[in-house]
Formats: sequence, structure tokens, C-alpha cells
Amino acid sequence: MNTATLKSGAVRQVNGKKTLSYALLAAVIAYFAYIFFAFDIAGLGQRASLENARTLVADSYSYKTHITKSNRGAGTLTAAIEGEKKGRYPDGSYPEWVDGNGTDAFVTLRDGTVVELTGKVVYYDVPDYGPIKITTRNSGIDLELPTADVPPFISASRNRVAITVPGGRINVTKSKTEIFRYFTGWEMFFFTLDSPFYGKSPAQLAYLASTAPRIDPNSSNLALMWDGFWNNAMWRHADVAWAIFETILMAFLGTIGAALIALPLAFLSAQNFTKNMVARFSMRRAFDFLRGVDGLIWTIILSRAFGPGPLTGALAILLTDTGTFGKMFSETLENVDEKQIEGIRSTGAKPLQRYRFGVLPQITPVFISQVLYYLESNTRSATVIGAIVGGGIGLLLTQAIITGKDWEEVTYYIVLIVLMVMMMDSLSGWLRSKLIGNKGS
Amino acid sequence: MPQSALDTRASYLAQTHRKRLYSGVMLVLLVAMLCGGFMTADDRNAGGFWNGLPHVLDFPAEVLGEAAQKITLLPAHLVTFFPSLLETINIAAAATLAGAIMAIFLALLSTRGLARWPRLIPLFRRLSDIMRAIPEIVIALVLIFILGGGPVPAMIAIAFHTVGALGKLFSEVTENADLKPVEGLASVGAGWMQRMWLGIIPQVSPNFISYALLRFEINIRASAILGFVGAGGIGYDLRNAISWGQGKYDEAAAIFILLFLAIVAVDQLSGLLRNKLVGDTK
Repeated sequence: MNTATLKSGAVRQVNGKKTLSYALLAAVIAYFAYIFFAFDIAGLGQRASLENARTLVADSYSYKTHITKSNRGAGTLTAAIEGEKKGRYPDGSYPEWVDGNGTDAFVTLRDGTVVELTGKVVYYDVPDYGPIKITTRNSGIDLELPTADVPPFISASRNRVAITVPGGRINVTKSKTEIFRYFTGWEMFFFTLDSPFYGKSPAQLAYLASTAPRIDPNSSNLALMWDGFWNNAMWRHADVAWAIFETILMAFLGTIGAALIALPLAFLSAQNFTKNMVARFSMRRAFDFLRGVDGLIWTIILSRAFGPGPLTGALAILLTDTGTFGKMFSETLENVDEKQIEGIRSTGAKPLQRYRFGVLPQITPVFISQVLYYLESNTRSATVIGAIVGGGIGLLLTQAIITGKDWEEVTYYIVLIVLMVMMMDSLSGWLRSKLIGNKGS
Repeated sequence: MPQSALDTRASYLAQTHRKRLYSGVMLVLLVAMLCGGFMTADDRNAGGFWNGLPHVLDFPAEVLGEAAQKITLLPAHLVTFFPSLLETINIAAAATLAGAIMAIFLALLSTRGLARWPRLIPLFRRLSDIMRAIPEIVIALVLIFILGGGPVPAMIAIAFHTVGALGKLFSEVTENADLKPVEGLASVGAGWMQRMWLGIIPQVSPNFISYALLRFEINIRASAILGFVGAGGIGYDLRNAISWGQGKYDEAAAIFILLFLAIVAVDQLSGLLRNKLVGDTK
């Protein structure tokens, strides 16, 4: 063979590979083009709600306080964080940026401008625009503007006027006038308004916790503080902690239970331990069936029998993973070194002893490593399954998302879920190195 | 036997004994935790385990009973729901493909010796950890709120998680890649993309494809589950059929069959392909 043929052969081979890689690239692009039309990605722009996206992002790091004045009856003025009952200021008391007397008030917005609420009249001087006067009557709402045209930051109709300015929002309907002012942060994360510790600085809290006289003579300030935080009605820290525990419990019960069930069954489906073809074959099909039916369907079937809750989730994980572990364990068993079993056999050991001293020491590191890996992955599955069966942090998350307004809670849960999964990841890594050293990795 | 050998033997036996004791204690502890956990979970469940156990087969029996009665409708149902199944598979496939492509970059950028910006390696590793830690359902639900229902939120959610999961596995592969081709390419003045595309990718592509196929198997299941929480595909149809209750169980049965067959078929096919690609190393 001379150099020329070698060279032409090499060139042909390289060209062939090049064509193949271009063909692959073209196939990928063609597939994405198909997906583009099949999923109607072009129409996504119309379906997407930018309004929702904006609320979501704004809510995740900020909150608003509602100043509400009834336009009917006595015209009482109230203040409530996020407009929620749990966040309501006691009657007649307001945050320091509201100067009110029970019915009328001066409300300072975030940019320092002031909205005047007097009787049924709202007066607001917009910087760079001019004064706006809104009067509510039984017949409708009168809007007086300095210009003839309605500017884009105001949306007005006979029954409703909404003004959005950098400092906040004003919403007037015939029944009530609302002013929203936004604040950065998660409101009342530590203490609710009814707690004596609300609004205190860390230094004040430290003083209260250590040397200050007791607020409640029956318990120390620190205990009171913990009680206020743990039983916070708005953020429900105790419930959230329990939900996280429940999710981890589901993953733990499902994974470890599946491993314990799959271990003996794997012997039945491994070629070198079970000579009986029928037993082996049926065991394997059983594993395939358990895996193939999938967690989703197991979840549905089990929740009919056991009702919603963490046990159902744990059993669903257990069933699916019995299939997975059974398959993996039997593959590991088929690869064990026969020599060690032979050695044990030569000492006159019975079958059970052969398994115990000849097989188990060989496979334990591999099993532990596989089980620990699944423990971490199942923590994620348990979150998802929890959303379906109604248990754990998955349920709290779906509930918070479905209400569509507590995005700060959604953000909180997401952060907790990520931390939980990462914690389980490092825990399983730590356990792996403790139990089996670096052999299994 | 000389004294020293006896000592050694005694201390060896003592050590074995202690080791076995520890293992025994840990096993007992594990079983205790399992029992305790089981009881806690049982308490928190709406229906108890022992009350529910006799009824486990009630629902499958109901579904199968109704499906058997309307067995003639089954082929038609299979045809009706096939497009939904296709959508579920497409969600998984597109997400796996897009996720894998991004994961290649993430893996290369977080591998020592290959990274484009070596200082940013910790950043890309953290990124991959975080993307891996977020369960699909979190992103899917948030995106459903913004984008409305349908396959796109599920696709993005699964792709996001896939980037993190594959990014880690891929980087384990690239860490063991031979650097000589890269050095050779660098010596003739190849850019970063060329070095990676010509020097690394050909070495690692069998492992990459094998991992991506494994992910595809996982993602099909994830795609079905996300459908169940509102993201289109066969999971969505399944929820509708089930929440309708009796009268539509024949449809539910058809969906069960389709989903089961799809999962088993994909598992088998991908297993076969993986064995061909990387040999029987699993």
C-alpha cells in the first residue's frame, strides 16, 4: 500500500465522518423545527401573560401594604399587609408613613409624594404631571385631570380608576379606595404584627432575649420569641419544617424499603444463583413491570386505597424502586467473583453462609452506593409525588402556586427545596465515604 | 502457636467482633427508623395502611372491569390518545436533546484543563449543582402560571433539570478524557471550540450519548408526571379520565396501556443502544 492510497483512504474516512456529523446536526435542527411547530412556540407570545410574570417577580422579593378606605357607610380607614386578615393593623393604628385619624389620612408613597384621602375625595399631586382629584359619588367616579387626555399611567372608567406611579398604586372603585405601597423584603417573616417583637431591630431583639425583663411573666423572652417565630401565622414555619421532614421521610421509607425488599428478590433473578429458568424469568418480568408502570400510576392506584398522605407517596416510591433496585442488584450479583464463594464453600459452608460471607461483602459497597444515590434522587421525586398525593413540601408548593398571589411563599419553598435536595446530596455523599470509603465511587 | 500470633489472632477476632456488632447495631437502628417512619407516615395519611391494604386492588379491578366491558372501544381509544403520547415523548425528547447540548458546554466549562475560563470553574459547578437540585415540578408550575398550560413549560422545566444532571455526569467523563489531542490541536493554533469539537467530543461522545439515553428514559416518566399537574401530554388526559370517575375508566385503561408500553419500549431500546455504545459496563 503506498502513501497515496493511504492518504485517499484517510481523506475518504474523514469526509465520511464529516458528512455524518453534518447530517446529525441537520437532523437535530430539523427536529427542533418540528417541535417549534408542534408545540406552537410561535403562538407562545400571545398565550404568555407578562402581567403574571411581573407580579411573580415583584412579589418574590417585595410586598405591599394596603391602605383601604371604605366609600360606603362610615368610611373607615384600615391598613393591612398584603391585604390579609393575618397582617391587619389594629383599628385606628397605622404604619408610620400613614397619618390617619380613622377615616381621613395623608399617605406617603415610596417616592415621598403624598396622597390625601378626605371624605370621598382622593387628591394626589403627581410630580411632572399635575394634581389629580378623584371624587366618588353614588352615580359614578369623577376624575379631574390637569390635561385633556388621560395619561397612560391612569386607567379610568365610570366605575373604576387605577393609577400606577413609581411610589405605589391607587385603586378607586365605588365601594372602596385602596392605596398600595411596595416594600422590599418578606413581610413578617419572623414575627407577625400581634407579636411584641414585631419591627424590632436585631440589637433590640438580642437585648430582649438576654437581659431585658420578661414581657410575659410565664415564659422567658427567648421562649416567647421562638414561639412567635415558630407559630408565625403568615409563614407557618412549623408546618413548613414538618412538610420538609415528611418529604424526606417519603424518600427514606421508599428507598430503604425498596432496597430491603429487592435484595432477596435479586438473588432469585440472578443467573448464577437461580438455575430455575421460570423463576428467574418471572422475577425479571416482575421487576420490569414494577418499573414500567412508573411512579405516577402507582401513586394514582395507591392513593385510591390509602388516601392522600405521605404513606401513599412512600409506597409509590417503594414499588417503582423495588423494580429498579431488583434489576440493578441482580446485574451486580451476576458479576460477583465466584472464587470467594468457592473458598467459603471449601470450608463446608451451607448456602446461606455462602451468601452471607462469600457474596454480601462483595456487593455491599455497590449496593450502598446505588441506594444512597437513589435516596438523593428520590427526595426530588418525593417533592413531585407529594404534589400529587398531597403530602410534604410538594403540596405546600402547589397550594401556594395555585392561589397565585403568595409568590414570596413560593420563593421561600423553592429555596427550601433546593437546600433540602443539596443537603440530601451531601448527606448521601458523606455516608457513602463513611460506609464504603472511596471504593464505590 | 507462638504468643505473638495468638495475640494477633485474638485482636483480629475482637476487631471482627466489634465490626459485626457495629453493623448489627446499625441494621437494628435502620429497621427501627424504618418502623418509626412508617408509623409516622401512616398516622399522617388520610386512610390507614392496614385499612387500605385490602382495597389496593379495588381501583385496578374497577378500571380493568370497565375496560373489559368496553373492550371493543379499546383500539379506538388507543388511537385517540396516541397523539398525546407522542406529545409526552416529544417533550421528553426535545428536553433531553436541548438539555444535553447545553450540558456539554456546562461540563466542558467546569472541567479542569478544558475550561475556557479556568477561574469560573467553581461558578459553573455551583450552577450545575443548583440546576440539578431543582425538581422539574417547581419550574413547570411557575412557568404554567406565566406561559399557560401546554407542553412548553414542561419541556423547559425538564430541560433545565437535565442540564444540571447531565452536566455533572458529562464532566465526570471529560475529566477522564485524554488531553493529548487537545494539546496537539492547540499547537497548530486551534481555537477553543475547535479543540473541544475535534479533540474532546469524539472521545467522549459514546459515553455522552449513553448518559443522554438514560436521561431520556427518566425524562419520559417526568414528562408524564408533569402532564398530570397540567402541562399537557398523556398525563393530562390521564388526570381528566380519572377525575371523571366511573364511565371513563376504559379511557384510563387505554392510557395506562399506552404509557406502560411506551416506557417499556423506550427502556428496552435505549438499553440496547447503550450496550452497543459503551459495551456491557453497566
